[in-house]
Amino acid sequence: MDALDIARWQFGITTVYHFIFVPLTIGLSPLVAIMQTVWVVTGKSRWLRLTKFFGKLLLINFAIGVATGIVQEFQFGMNWSDYSRFVGDVFGAPLAMEALAAFFVESTFLGLWIFGWDRLPKKVHLLTIWAVALATNLSAFFILAANSWMQHPVGTIYNAQRGRAEMVDIGAVLTNSTLLAAFPHTITAALLTAGTFVAGIAAWWMVRLARTGQAEKARDVYRPAVVLGVVVMLIGGIGVALSGDQQAKLMFQQQPMKMASAEALCQTETGPAFSVLAIGNLSNSCEDVTHVIQIPGLLGFLADGDTNATIQGVENLQQQYEQKFGYTDSAGNPISYQPNLTVTYWGFRLMIGMGVGSAALALAALWLTRKGRVSDKRWFGRLGIIAIVTPFLASSFGWIFTEMGRQPWVVAPNPNPSGVDGVWLLTARGVSTSVSAGTVVTSLVAFTALYAVLAVVWYRLMHRYAIEGVADVEKDVSPDNPDRAGDDAEQPLSFAY
Amino acid sequence: MDLVTVWFLLIAVLWTGYLVLEGFDFGVGMLLGVLPRGDHRQREKDRRVMINTIGPVWDGNEVWLLTAGGATFAAFPEWYATMFSGFYLALLLILLALIVRVVCFEWRGKIDSDRWRAWIDRGLIFGSWVPSILWGVAFGNLVRGVHLDNTHEYAGTFLDLLNPFALLAGATTCLIFLTHGAVFLALKSDGLVRERAARFASVSSVATLVVAGAWAVWAQVAYSVGWTWIAVAVAALALVAVVVATRTRREWPAFLASAVAIVAAVVLIFGSLWPDVMPALDPANSLTAADAASTPYTLRLMTWVAVILTPVVLLYQGWTYWVFRKRISAHSIPEPTGLTFAPKVTSADR
Repeated sequence: MDALDIARWQFGITTVYHFIFVPLTIGLSPLVAIMQTVWVVTGKSRWLRLTKFFGKLLLINFAIGVATGIVQEFQFGMNWSDYSRFVGDVFGAPLAMEALAAFFVESTFLGLWIFGWDRLPKKVHLLTIWAVALATNLSAFFILAANSWMQHPVGTIYNAQRGRAEMVDIGAVLTNSTLLAAFPHTITAALLTAGTFVAGIAAWWMVRLARTGQAEKARDVYRPAVVLGVVVMLIGGIGVALSGDQQAKLMFQQQPMKMASAEALCQTETGPAFSVLAIGNLSNSCEDVTHVIQIPGLLGFLADGDTNATIQGVENLQQQYEQKFGYTDSAGNPISYQPNLTVTYWGFRLMIGMGVGSAALALAALWLTRKGRVSDKRWFGRLGIIAIVTPFLASSFGWIFTEMGRQPWVVAPNPNPSGVDGVWLLTARGVSTSVSAGTVVTSLVAFTALYAVLAVVWYRLMHRYAIEGVADVEKDVSPDNPDRAGDDAEQPLSFAY
Repeated sequence: MDLVTVWFLLIAVLWTGYLVLEGFDFGVGMLLGVLPRGDHRQREKDRRVMINTIGPVWDGNEVWLLTAGGATFAAFPEWYATMFSGFYLALLLILLALIVRVVCFEWRGKIDSDRWRAWIDRGLIFGSWVPSILWGVAFGNLVRGVHLDNTHEYAGTFLDLLNPFALLAGATTCLIFLTHGAVFLALKSDGLVRERAARFASVSSVATLVVAGAWAVWAQVAYSVGWTWIAVAVAALALVAVVVATRTRREWPAFLASAVAIVAAVVLIFGSLWPDVMPALDPANSLTAADAASTPYTLRLMTWVAVILTPVVLLYQGWTYWVFRKRISAHSIPEPTGLTFAPKVTSADR
């Protein structure tokens, strides 16, 4: 392996790892904000108790998401300095905007929320968690704007003299059609993740209490959380399917090679079938793939809304790319414009399959909690726990699919539709030339080792706080609570590290 | 003023915000291994007092770094690319330290066990010392100049970065942050921690004056231009003021003077760089601000974004400091609310 391969592994590992925690933060912060809002509006203590319970899980998760996010911003410069030189004029802007407009709000107001329970009036304190929730979503928008530009460059020209991409229209970058599909897809996936998380934990607790004769507590606290979680799951699930469909249609036009590879479609076909299961060897040649189960006409319908659509195949696209971008690289080696077939094919299918997995919980939960019921079915509690994992996996597979599917490009050339022509960069050309393979290995090993330790601690903390359950009593410590007698000069803080 | 100059100044402002704010929370983190005294329980109480003086604000302080990094990427892509790939191993260590530090702050109170807290405190102390020293080493090398080839790529080794001038810069930032953290603690805590922090600052401020003064004069004489003597003088006066104020127990003046010293140091550093952003040992290969800059379109856009949003950030961060203005003492600290890893037996298990 050379420095390029190691740098790619490092980017893959640190990014997939970062995005385990991020969807939960993006989805759970508005959910906690909703719980707290219901408490402030209705005054019902169960919602304060739920806010505190899921709030603790949110904070454990938030910390590791923030910590791993710092690496994301720095490693472009460290490992991908030629990429940074090429794209900085365009790509840096959304990153800087994210820090200024979103990340400052997130971090500052999270501090206010954590420590402000007894310092801020109830309604002001409620606004702080909403500020966090909105800012985490705004963060996602700017980061996806940067990523969407790599998938589909817009608002940019190529300056041959400087050898770099230069921004001419920020409006185009922030309204990139790729972004407008990717943002709802990511946000709804995050809602599905958080909805499943809330519903899964609450379902497990509901069953546990119902089986030990505490059906009243199950009905009072956990059933409402199951219902809230399931509603969010349904909104997220339907949204993620619709936005995903739209994204795929766009991708067939903008990155046909990625989609042809995801379908293992060798030759251009009219009215192609959708492959459900295919087998082949790992040679990355699509001629070696045997499609075992297919649904006739479905692929054309998914790509273009027409079962008789014509879809370009991998081999035809390879020829087109060779004519346009050359047969060989500067060292004289032939360039394959085809991404890794196995990874894209299975990444795409596992993303969809895992996303559908949590639907099983949503449907079961709707039935079992109908008309005020609580469930004591042991299998349902177990299903809740298993379902929590599936949206996390779906997100990881989705990112692996879309980033690996863009290869060999780091900035993909895709003028259609509405993209700019002439702006592209091969991944191999983006890597830092002044950093040795040994140095990158050092950092790969260091990050992987630290991340492994943190993952274990994160899991143990999340698990421990989840099985502790919702507290029976939570005091309302807000300064506008009339029951909170006496001045607070000598009172201990309501929350401290 | 042209846009490249504006952005050079704005990057300096963002680094100033980072070093002034995170400087004191680095200092508090480093002092976790120094100030707590007494038996096991008292030391734990002291540590919680210290950590909670920065509890609500350290995360917001750290975003100044991410903004400085993002803004450098947007406004000076060549600078970002050359500096981050050139200072690779130093930045790697800083990143590892910051990651550990973030999770340790947030996870410390989650588990109520001495072993847990012992590990977490090691993480906090490591995570505060390492960046405090290495940021200085990095800035020292920026001022001194590094080995760049004619394509502005870093051509030196990691060991080249550990030269005497840069190491003295590392000692300087470390001492400045220690003193800055101690005067902050004297201002924000009450009781024994306040006393000890004040006493520590009255000693450390002298060491800071000597070391930082020596480094500033060296930087000025060897690498800077005439007008930055003003920054050296202001820094020296401010550090003298910190010594005087800590010895006469005036807490606000001590903290403000310490902040002024950091601002003056940033002025010295950036003043010595201009018009380069990364001077090379062979001046022909130096990376200038103009060479490194983005297009006027991007710079103008980012100027609007920064000019509108930075005051808003200052406003709500200032408000946060106001909300949590109360001094933290041992009385303020509630009983630990963390769980233990072994779950309690509940009625549901019976």
